[in-house]
Amino acid sequence: MNKWVLKGLKTGIKTTLYPDKEETSPGISPGLPQGKQTMGDEAQVVSRCPTQALNHIKDMISVDYRRCIHCFRCLRGIHNPVDWDKGYEWAVSIKEIDDASRMLGKAFDHSLHIRFVDGGACGACISEIEQINKPYYNIHRLGFFITPTPREADVLLVAGPVTDHMRLPIEKAYDAMPAPKRVIAIGTCAISGGIFGPSFASEGGISNLIPADIVVPGCPPPPLSIIHGLLLVVSRKPSASLTSPKSTEGERPHD
Amino acid sequence: MEEPLNKTVKLINLPETIASRWHSKVRVSLYPEKFICLIECNTDVLVEVCNWLFSELRYRFASLVVEDQPEKWLLRYIFYGALERGQVHILCQLSKTEKIVPSISNVIHAADWHEREAEDLFGLAFEEHPRLGDFILHEEWPEGVNPMRTEFDSLKPYVHREVDPEWKPVRIVQTPGAFMMPIGPVYSDFAESAHFLLETVGEDVIRTIPRLFYKYRGVEKIAERKSVEHVILLAERFSGTSAFAHSLAFCQAVEDIAGVEVPERAKSLRILMAELERFRHHIAAIAGICSSTAMAVPTSQASILEEELLRLSCALTGHRYLFGLNIPGGLSIDFDNDILKNLAATINDVLQKLSELKEMLCFSSSFLDRLEEVGTISREQAVSYGLVGPIARASNMIRDLRKVLPYSGYEKVDFIVPCEQEGDGYARLRVLFSEAEQSAQIINQVAFSLPSGPVVSPVFPIVHGSSLGWVEAPRGAAFHWVRLGEDGKVARYRLTTPSFTNWHGFHLAAEDFAFQDFPIIMATFGLSNAECYR
Repeated sequence: MNKWVLKGLKTGIKTTLYPDKEETSPGISPGLPQGKQTMGDEAQVVSRCPTQALNHIKDMISVDYRRCIHCFRCLRGIHNPVDWDKGYEWAVSIKEIDDASRMLGKAFDHSLHIRFVDGGACGACISEIEQINKPYYNIHRLGFFITPTPREADVLLVAGPVTDHMRLPIEKAYDAMPAPKRVIAIGTCAISGGIFGPSFASEGGISNLIPADIVVPGCPPPPLSIIHGLLLVVSRKPSASLTSPKSTEGERPHD
Repeated sequence: MEEPLNKTVKLINLPETIASRWHSKVRVSLYPEKFICLIECNTDVLVEVCNWLFSELRYRFASLVVEDQPEKWLLRYIFYGALERGQVHILCQLSKTEKIVPSISNVIHAADWHEREAEDLFGLAFEEHPRLGDFILHEEWPEGVNPMRTEFDSLKPYVHREVDPEWKPVRIVQTPGAFMMPIGPVYSDFAESAHFLLETVGEDVIRTIPRLFYKYRGVEKIAERKSVEHVILLAERFSGTSAFAHSLAFCQAVEDIAGVEVPERAKSLRILMAELERFRHHIAAIAGICSSTAMAVPTSQASILEEELLRLSCALTGHRYLFGLNIPGGLSIDFDNDILKNLAATINDVLQKLSELKEMLCFSSSFLDRLEEVGTISREQAVSYGLVGPIARASNMIRDLRKVLPYSGYEKVDFIVPCEQEGDGYARLRVLFSEAEQSAQIINQVAFSLPSGPVVSPVFPIVHGSSLGWVEAPRGAAFHWVRLGEDGKVARYRLTTPSFTNWHGFHLAAEDFAFQDFPIIMATFGLSNAECYR
């Protein structure tokens, strides 16, 4: 079996330096659209958005990241596209921690156990969550561990619009977790139902079932965004904004 | 090995043969330009005609499409054959008062799940079907709720039924000490939701009962009455790891309805992207197999290649899983020819590393011990269940839609369809490796012979009609049936996915095995639940 050891050593270290250093390799993130000042002829770009993530608010085009599904329709095939930012620190803390049973103390900073539950994810979110445990991202170095049982988990990652049939299993998994516990919604489907719901078959997001306190937008969110979400849980990174520009937060027409 | 061909069977000869056999009982029309033979018949000869197509002419069952129309039920049985045999569609009309259809699954076992689905979602009864009842909808759905019916409101949440907590499925194995081991729906590290009941007497598992559809999102239902631009987002996002293949199948269907010719450059680029997706999918599947056997280093090696391909896809197209590329009529962006040549060179580097990995794995005895003779599926079983994709090809059943019903210009591409004889886990692994090699080879071929011109057709008229789109997705044959209504909105969208077809045959591989082989059988199948449940 020596050959495998040698093979592994010869490959060297592939892991990103994030969060100590910014990751700049090409292709780590699809990016997100950025809000901007209206110039007068943007009706087209707003109407092209299939999920109403783009809205006119005052004199701005505001982007709601809870709804964006990376369809690129505000970028491609039009005269006045909005800018896309290739960043990845997208995770947002949406709920003030008001109760001791959700407060993760200092001891969790470098020892956090994570359980993933699939609430109807399309496979891309799952694949991206898998990547965080693989050589390029390797969350072990940050003191984060994937655990197969909710009974050992501090954080529940939920992806997908939460289908009807998964309601009970997710509730059971959440109840089985010891306090303090936190919930992260991974991807647009888990935040707002995305393209799938709410409908007769899905809840339209995890928050309609159990309270999520951190959301990671994206369709799917790239691995670095998911890591940002985990770092946010233990307060090792600051929160991003749900909308762009930030000033339009809470001013959504259909809230 | 393809089944011995009866050389006289050709699509163009079918109408004559059928007319001499069933006379006025059936009406046959031939669409030579689409390579489709349409047979309209009543339910009384349905089983007979299906049996003749399947058993004598060796057509394969592709899909059953049920349509709920104002005055009638429309049942369309789709068959496809090798090379010059094209597609055969059998169309049955039923008045709304009739709800009983003869079951064809006693002669064509591949239709079993299609009929169960139609029974569950439409409320049609299939006469003589051995096993109907809760299938896609679990116990908490009240009886008589049929979400695919036109009158069902897809937006309204429905009232759940109380489930008996003591409910247990029937046990088959009845020896002393036998018990049923449940796995899922939340299990393992990153597993997709599914539930398995392993009937076991300790170490040995006798049989496995999968309970699926935990992630049923009603994609076919929520697509109804939506515009084509909206439904393509669903086609892309219902199975994210094969997004390009499925959006391509959907686009091909609507392009056929609209009569739009896709520019040559877009066709070639679509092949290139589809193969890039297949290449990445197969490497991810190989990583999954290594991981299931607890081989840490090869898992890491394959995972490194997978992430490199994801980054490459994103740097090239803007999205790591190729979302947002396909649009009706072509592609949303064009690429520089030199960038694509560089892509081909990078793919060759990745292939080189993959071949080194293959070489090392094939000489690791502890790895081979876990794969060989595990989860074996014979050729007869594969034919009877109509399995598709790498799983079927590992059981010596070559049928690849890129060869059989070429689309998007695959007839001009030179490649082989790898196959293996044994049908076990190791055969499936080798097929994945060989197909990845072929994909890399196709990418190289296409990247250096790209035609110039536009990548999207300038006009896309809104029309009504129906058509079938198909692709060989990374996991196997996928068929998308699309009907556009008078207003140009989607009236019916039927998805037949390779994971649906192959999950049907999963229990064959998961019989009489040792407990610790379960994750390995799952990994060598490499199926996507999202793709199956829809």
